[in-house]
Amino acid sequence: MATSMTIWEKLGFRKASGVSEAGWGQTLFVAIISFIYFLPVLLIIITSFKLQNEALAVPPKVFPTSLFGLIPDDYVFSPTLENYAAVFSRAMTAGAAAQDTGFDRYFFNSILIASVSVFLALVIGTLAAFGFSRYPLKGNDTYLFVILTTRMLPAIVVIIPIILMFRVAGLSGSYLGIILLYTAFNLPFTIWMMKSFFDELALDVEDAARIDGSSDVRVFFKIALPQVVAGLAATFVFGLILTWNEFLFALLLTGADTRTVPVAMNQAVAGGGIGVLWGLLAAIETLFLIPVFLVTFFLQNHLLRGVTFGTVKR
Amino acid sequence: MTSSGVQTSPPVFTSLAPDGRSLAPDNWKLAIVVGLCVSVIACIGLPATVSFWIVATMVAMVAGSFVVNAYRRHYYGGLLVSPAIAVLFVMNIFPLLWSLGLSFFAYQSNQQTIRFVGLANYIKVLTSELAGGDVWHALNNTALFVVLTVVVQMTTGFLLAMLFAKQFPLRRYLLILVLTPMMLSVVAAGVFFSYYYDPTFGLLSYFMRGFSGNQFILMDSKLGAVAGIVFVDAWMWSPFVMLLVLAGLVSVPKYLYEAAAIDRVSSWRRFWTITFPYIRGLLMLALLFRTIEAFKMADLVYILTRGGNDTLTISYHLIRIANEQNKTSEGAAISYVMLFIVIVLTNLYLYIANRRSRGN
Repeated sequence: MATSMTIWEKLGFRKASGVSEAGWGQTLFVAIISFIYFLPVLLIIITSFKLQNEALAVPPKVFPTSLFGLIPDDYVFSPTLENYAAVFSRAMTAGAAAQDTGFDRYFFNSILIASVSVFLALVIGTLAAFGFSRYPLKGNDTYLFVILTTRMLPAIVVIIPIILMFRVAGLSGSYLGIILLYTAFNLPFTIWMMKSFFDELALDVEDAARIDGSSDVRVFFKIALPQVVAGLAATFVFGLILTWNEFLFALLLTGADTRTVPVAMNQAVAGGGIGVLWGLLAAIETLFLIPVFLVTFFLQNHLLRGVTFGTVKR
Repeated sequence: MTSSGVQTSPPVFTSLAPDGRSLAPDNWKLAIVVGLCVSVIACIGLPATVSFWIVATMVAMVAGSFVVNAYRRHYYGGLLVSPAIAVLFVMNIFPLLWSLGLSFFAYQSNQQTIRFVGLANYIKVLTSELAGGDVWHALNNTALFVVLTVVVQMTTGFLLAMLFAKQFPLRRYLLILVLTPMMLSVVAAGVFFSYYYDPTFGLLSYFMRGFSGNQFILMDSKLGAVAGIVFVDAWMWSPFVMLLVLAGLVSVPKYLYEAAAIDRVSSWRRFWTITFPYIRGLLMLALLFRTIEAFKMADLVYILTRGGNDTLTISYHLIRIANEQNKTSEGAAISYVMLFIVIVLTNLYLYIANRRSRGN
């Protein structure tokens, strides 16, 4: 079946009738809702193709083309790629020569820091969640609660001790420091989330495997872990999104070499003293959105595959 | 009984010195004693930058002995949990305790002096002697924001999940559109909504002017300002709730619905008896994490109103005091008042949630 998939089938038009389960009416309804939901993001993307005077025009110019004269000229702007070029290289003061903004470096930093720390948190957190779920310690709930507590305080409270600690340890401005910090930052959610997935699994299968002589390590890797792939994917996506956009820790604990995009974005936009450069900010945000968007898109099937693949439930 | 598999007995530390082998790698008591002695000597005798790493090595040594001990005794719970606890301890719990300590001192991050004042910071905070705002008032505002954003997010997220639970064409493409708001950075989302809300060139004002003819300033009243902030937060984080609920919805086995259809169960009853048990845990998790995050809301308030129009939240108040006014220890005191409230609420919530799940 998979060999002869047409483009229509790939888009979800599987059955001869064209729709399965939900009717056309509901499909259309969901499409409209989704579009409205996406509209503010779409407007950001549109803004990234505008020059500053077009971005501030009244009435708002929101259409990149006039659709053969269908839309009045007042609402139409002429799209330009200037903002995207300006992300990586632009003149810092009026009249000066264009110089490198270093954003390529910041994008690299963001990708490196976010992916490594989320991956680390996933490995450590999944192990811990399995421990909490299957081998309860004395005072298990207390441990879990203390772990949750670390997410309850605003970041600003722990930031001063962390700054002092990092300075003493020589970690401030290094990749290691911020990666470790983000790993800790992601752990509570990872542990709670993965524990709730492990708790859902039927124990019968694992017990059966143990009776057949599988070691505990084997039970974890061969039986428990494959059943929570959806949970792993969801946790990875959430962790990635939170870490990707984290601002305060990154602002205070990264140096010039390890700066991440949110911090650089803030500086690039707020630094000029001439108000926000909307087109530039939109271009940075659009570029910054693409990696997370792609990761989420490709993990989406895992997200929705269902938690249990036909194993014994209850 | 060749492998360790069949039965892993609950761990008990039976003897004080494990097996009497004092230099064995699993002798964690000796490791603690040695670690403490070496750390103290290093702290006294060596400069901070060196002694930090010696202390870190000692912590690693103690942790290592725990791990070996746990492994030898098939104490898997401790073994699996220990790396997470170690990372959290160094990066979160230790700084938290440090700032708890600071809250009993008079300390400002831009000054060198430090002086023990006992509970004076807490008294100052709770009786709102602190310049620039009333803590109780900020707490009231925070409660308003928490209730509004969480209610809106949970309902919107839940309804969206119900919409996406079925199969239909273009489902994955429409779903990713709905998920996108969550991926924006809060700073960018806030700044762009202030652009949409802007009275002169904002889109929203433009549309509203079309209706009423007057200039429309959303942030003019408390109602408008609160609505504006709640809207952005709910817009960004409803997909989070949706995704969790959806993960639960797709895990409901199909045959349960088929059985229900045969028995002609009403859709209302079908939802409560079949669907709901599968999503309850995830709904609870979403509620818990969204409430905690809502308590910490500061960046959106900062970007959209700067606390104007009576929208000052406790978290933003805290940033002002700790960061802008450099009153570190007062800030720490506020945050521990806040932590106390959140802990009480969370415990209440977990208690209710656990009682419910036992009741079923």
